[in-house]
Amino acid sequence: MATLEIKDLHVTVTTEEGEKEILKGVDLTVRTGEVHAIMGPNGSGKSTLAYSIAGHPKYNITGGTVTLDGVDILSMSVDERARAGLFLAMQYPVEVPGVSVANFLRTAKTAIDGEAPKLRTWVKDVNAALERVTLDKDFAQRSVNEGFSGGEKKRHEIAQLELLNPKFAVLDETDSGLDIDALRVVSDGVNRYSDQGDRGVLLITHYTRILRYIKPDYVHVFVAGRVADQGGPELADELEANGYDKYVKAAAEASA
Amino acid sequence: MTLAEALELSPVESHLHPEGSFDLADHPVPTGLEEIWRFTPLKRLRDLHQDAPLGGDDHTIEVVAAPGVTAVSVPAAESARGASGYVPVDRVSARAWAAATTVLEVTIPAEAVIDEPTTIRVHGGGIDNAGAGHLLVRAGQFSKAVVVVDYDGSATWAENIEVVVEDGAQLTFVTIQDWNDDSVHVVTQHATVGRDAELRHVAISLGGDVVRASTSADYRGTGGSVEMLGVYFADAGQHIEHRLFADHTAPRTKSNVEYKGALQGQDAHTVWIGNVLIRKEAEGILTYESNDNLVLTDGAKADSVPNLEIETGDIEGAGHASTTGRFDDQHLFYLQSRGIPEEEARRLVVHGFFNDIIRRIGVPALQERLVASIEDELAEHVGRIDA
Ligand SMILES: Nc1ncnc2c1ncn2[C@@H]1O[C@H](COP(=O)(O)OP(=O)(O)OP(=O)(O)O)[C@@H](O)[C@H]1O
Ligand SMILES: [Mg+2]
Repeated sequence: MATLEIKDLHVTVTTEEGEKEILKGVDLTVRTGEVHAIMGPNGSGKSTLAYSIAGHPKYNITGGTVTLDGVDILSMSVDERARAGLFLAMQYPVEVPGVSVANFLRTAKTAIDGEAPKLRTWVKDVNAALERVTLDKDFAQRSVNEGFSGGEKKRHEIAQLELLNPKFAVLDETDSGLDIDALRVVSDGVNRYSDQGDRGVLLITHYTRILRYIKPDYVHVFVAGRVADQGGPELADELEANGYDKYVKAAAEASA
Repeated sequence: MTLAEALELSPVESHLHPEGSFDLADHPVPTGLEEIWRFTPLKRLRDLHQDAPLGGDDHTIEVVAAPGVTAVSVPAAESARGASGYVPVDRVSARAWAAATTVLEVTIPAEAVIDEPTTIRVHGGGIDNAGAGHLLVRAGQFSKAVVVVDYDGSATWAENIEVVVEDGAQLTFVTIQDWNDDSVHVVTQHATVGRDAELRHVAISLGGDVVRASTSADYRGTGGSVEMLGVYFADAGQHIEHRLFADHTAPRTKSNVEYKGALQGQDAHTVWIGNVLIRKEAEGILTYESNDNLVLTDGAKADSVPNLEIETGDIEGAGHASTTGRFDDQHLFYLQSRGIPEEEARRLVVHGFFNDIIRRIGVPALQERLVASIEDELAEHVGRIDA
């Protein structure tokens, strides 16, 4: 079993008016074999949490720790974190002109595994992974995410998840912008990944819709840069019924 | 009769098309303040722009002509030079014209379709004795061929190149500047494109101390098409200058100019001037020009000047774009977040940057060579840049 542990994490971004604190002490522990859902209103800092774990240079860590099996990951470079077993499916996957999906995936796989994948099986694996998320195999020859529709980008993220098969996956609103068929395809991919048993999932979402397909073990309510509440799957049902209002109000009062 | 008279073109008051002249007296020694010289480091031209003798013969020229293509060196006086309608537009060009004793004439017969490239290798054997050259490439009606000029070694070289693409012909013409670091090369090229003919002009500039390549194209009939693709990579101290001029002299013609360059190292300098003139009679034309520069380190400078002059209201499309930027953090973050080490991510991004031009060159062996050359250039620097 592996553990991803976030303790009292404080993060700022640099704005024209100076440092702005976005994460205000986040505590969260994810073990392999578990699916955690993080739900929260727009602007509450969900993506900030995801990017901070992945090491995006825009975010400044001002306090707290993030460890993977006790090893500090905040001192690692972005690529070292990925090689240590972290994966971030991005809310807005980046277009990289001129770099083919095939070349990108092979380079990533080689970096993660420390050796080049076997040529013969690899091409098959890539085609199969694309097919499972209903992307035509022609996508392998296209530039990474360039000209992909929103839904295609998300499905491409899930294809990468399956091919790179990390220990922990942070999925940042992988469900947003998907029609119902694509939502099912993406959910199936996440479930195949987590059904391996020894994988951990941190599923960030704004809506409960995806939780019909992916069953979380834990639900965390994320408001104003903190975990405001947590519970089992039933908490998602309550959020579905009542929304975030009560948490947002409480957070506003606390900071007032 | 000049070409303009032959085509009955309306006169244009435009700095984009200077009056040419064979008479050296019409081309005073540039001071560096002239529009066409202001980016060029004249001090490093070894007096090519002044009066340096151009009789040097330290170079060798080797031609491997594809079957069916003829390549002969003809005494200048007996040659067909001038066939493109070109008249020297600057002093270096006029001096090279006067100094060249022979003209290499490469001729593709009408209707010949030849896949195999014809290659002309210009090898410089030293920089001390400046030399001059003249190349004339003629692609006969409805022919299809590839001609590659490959420069290497050390030279101080002034040159004129003329390209005539007759009606319905398709020509790919490539120059590869793979000079040693000490070479100075000032080349003026002019192409004239016939009715429904297509010219794909590819300029690859990697080596040399100063490379200044001025390339112009005009059209002898309707429906002609010119694509100018360029890839350049400037290292510390290098000056690489491309001056492009698409002169739309006939209706329903096309020009598409796309150049991409990378720069690395102290005082690496690139210049790209993209001029397009759409004359009154050039109705229904389509033109697009773009230049993108990727600045890999501090201390490097890219100048990029697109310029469009339109004399007719009736065009199908005209546009230009110019960008100069550094590595995009988002690209690097995305690649690194998949485990790809930073250095490798940078290399992928640079290759990706050039890729959409390289894959359009259409000569596979050349594409592979170019990818390898870029890899070599990158080996020098990219691994140790701070973001
Ligand atoms: N450069 C910046 N300057 C100022 N504020 C910023 C900057 N970058 C992020 N923020 C703010 O940080 C907050 C958290 O943003 P984040 O993207 O993490 O929210 P989120 O919970 O993912 O929202 P969503 O549900 O819309 O994806 C937002 O209020 C955002 O405006
Ligand atoms: Mg977000």
